[in-house]
Amino acid sequence: MKKTLLILSAAGLSAMLLAGCGGQTGSASQGSGSSELYVYNWGEYIDESVIEEFEEETGITVVYDLFETNEEMYPIIEAGAVSYDVVCPSDYMIQKMRKNNLLAEINFDNVPNISQIDPAYMEMSKAFDPENKYSVPYCWGTVGILYNTKRLEELGVEPPSKWADLWDERLSGEILMQDSVRDAFMVALKKDGFSMNSTSVEELQQAKQALVEQKPLVQAYVIDQVRDKMIGGEAAVGVIYSGEMLYIQEEAANLGLDYTLEYVLPEEGTNLWLDSWVIPANAKNKENAEKWIDFLCRPEIAKKNFEYITYPTPNKGTFDLLDEELQNNKTVFPDTDTLVNCEVFEYMGDETDAIYNDLWKEVKSN
Amino acid sequence: MNKKILAGPYLVWMIGFVIIPLALIVYYGLTDRSGAFTMANVLSITKPEHIKALMLSLALSFISTVICLLLAFPLSMILRNRGMGKGSFIVFLFILPMWMNFLLRTLAWQTLLEKNGVINGILTALGLPRQNLINTPGAIVLGMVYNFLPFMVLPIYNVLCKIDDNTVNAARDLGAGFWQTLIHIWIPLSLPGIISGITMVFVPALTTFVISNLLGGSKILLIGNVIEQEFMKSSNWNLGSGLSLVLMVFILISMALIAKYDKNGEGSTF
Repeated sequence: MKKTLLILSAAGLSAMLLAGCGGQTGSASQGSGSSELYVYNWGEYIDESVIEEFEEETGITVVYDLFETNEEMYPIIEAGAVSYDVVCPSDYMIQKMRKNNLLAEINFDNVPNISQIDPAYMEMSKAFDPENKYSVPYCWGTVGILYNTKRLEELGVEPPSKWADLWDERLSGEILMQDSVRDAFMVALKKDGFSMNSTSVEELQQAKQALVEQKPLVQAYVIDQVRDKMIGGEAAVGVIYSGEMLYIQEEAANLGLDYTLEYVLPEEGTNLWLDSWVIPANAKNKENAEKWIDFLCRPEIAKKNFEYITYPTPNKGTFDLLDEELQNNKTVFPDTDTLVNCEVFEYMGDETDAIYNDLWKEVKSN
Repeated sequence: MNKKILAGPYLVWMIGFVIIPLALIVYYGLTDRSGAFTMANVLSITKPEHIKALMLSLALSFISTVICLLLAFPLSMILRNRGMGKGSFIVFLFILPMWMNFLLRTLAWQTLLEKNGVINGILTALGLPRQNLINTPGAIVLGMVYNFLPFMVLPIYNVLCKIDDNTVNAARDLGAGFWQTLIHIWIPLSLPGIISGITMVFVPALTTFVISNLLGGSKILLIGNVIEQEFMKSSNWNLGSGLSLVLMVFILISMALIAKYDKNGEGSTF
């Protein structure tokens, strides 16, 4: 009898514990008058003083959580165990969330600062949010090749200008590739002139074959480390997000490196990406979320974030506040005519996703 | 009764953080995305790329375990024969790096092994050619041995310390040489510690994905990396859980081994 009692109380306790975890968000559901906001964002994707400023100004308590990949974020929003109020996914993931009815329409009456966002990016958003109803652009950028001029000279290789240059055998062990399915396949698909949103099995097989052929030349598949490895002179070329360039140039100047690191947009075209704020359908504090989005669209606030993140901002109010030198930095803010061959990632359905993932595993295990 | 009350928090802990997560893995592993029962996730281990990753994991963790054992046994003998004072200081030195975060220590190896890293810096300073050390299976084995060696040393050292000197002296007295004592006294009596050490090295080495990511440059796919990719990159928790269930079989085998050879828990590390 005593034993059963003990087990029962233990079970009860653990149930309470679990309920406690889930209940956190439940208790915050007081509708419009609530004073909490659950934010789910990428790591290192905001100047943290902005959060404090927002809390001071609005009296809303922000609960701030981080994710590392879109794919990691998605099942958490889908399961809905923790209901986040505002999330910052990338283009194709917004499309997937929208298609699976996970997003709420934003009430733009509460987001007057939307007028600060350059209409060009609202246009770009239509690739994944056709009526501009669900998302507000936050950061954007391109993917390109970063190269070490001195190292290339030593190897006797001319600077890269296209993706196909990453298959040059003289660069054996000198290439850093992105360790993510879509980015890696983007490089291989674009090299052969295919769309990076290809669903054709033959095209994908060809891309996989190309990646397998390239693998012996690749030094490592990394994500954020491309930046530090290139600064450290570990490799001659690396595939990198344009937003890292400001940091890299600054760091190269600080360290007084005897080589320069240059960024090039490959001529076959590349990935043009956009990360935007969205409100999940199960958000408990939707109005607070809209306040948050509006706050981040303020030019001064967006400038603070831009200075911290260094990824290009779609906020034209902020752009006008920047130094002329920065405004003319073509790596960060490329001319639109250089982006003609670029594409935005699209969500192609779970089945095609599975094909990509399987092919990528084949590349990796080869 | 008192003792049972004390066990309460432990029970809550076990249910909340062991039983429930395990049940979730079993649930996800045996269902598909729609929630219907399926064995496909578990059976997908037979796909060539999964088998390849599993075999590579088994091979690398086996090599690491053997190296750890070959290093740890003589070391534990030395430590034991040193007596308490000096011996425990060396043991302390062994545990000391474990106070530092495992990730940081592995990242440090990255800096050491890199192309422009410390080791190659020393080699070039001595006029020797640069070696391609990082992003090779060898680097992964090195990382495993480095990180898991203490888990082999401590249990072996523990059982060796408990062996009565008189037993050894008796063997010597009866004319056994060094090798005979080793084979007939030291090894059989320290078997619980050896088995415990083997599992404590083999299991984490088999499931690691961090070491292969950091020191293998993500070019070498271990089964741990496959599972990580399913969870973090493919959003396919079902497949990830199914493969985890397969890995659990290997872990259960090693637990059965411990139960067989280490009945009294002599080889437990702490």
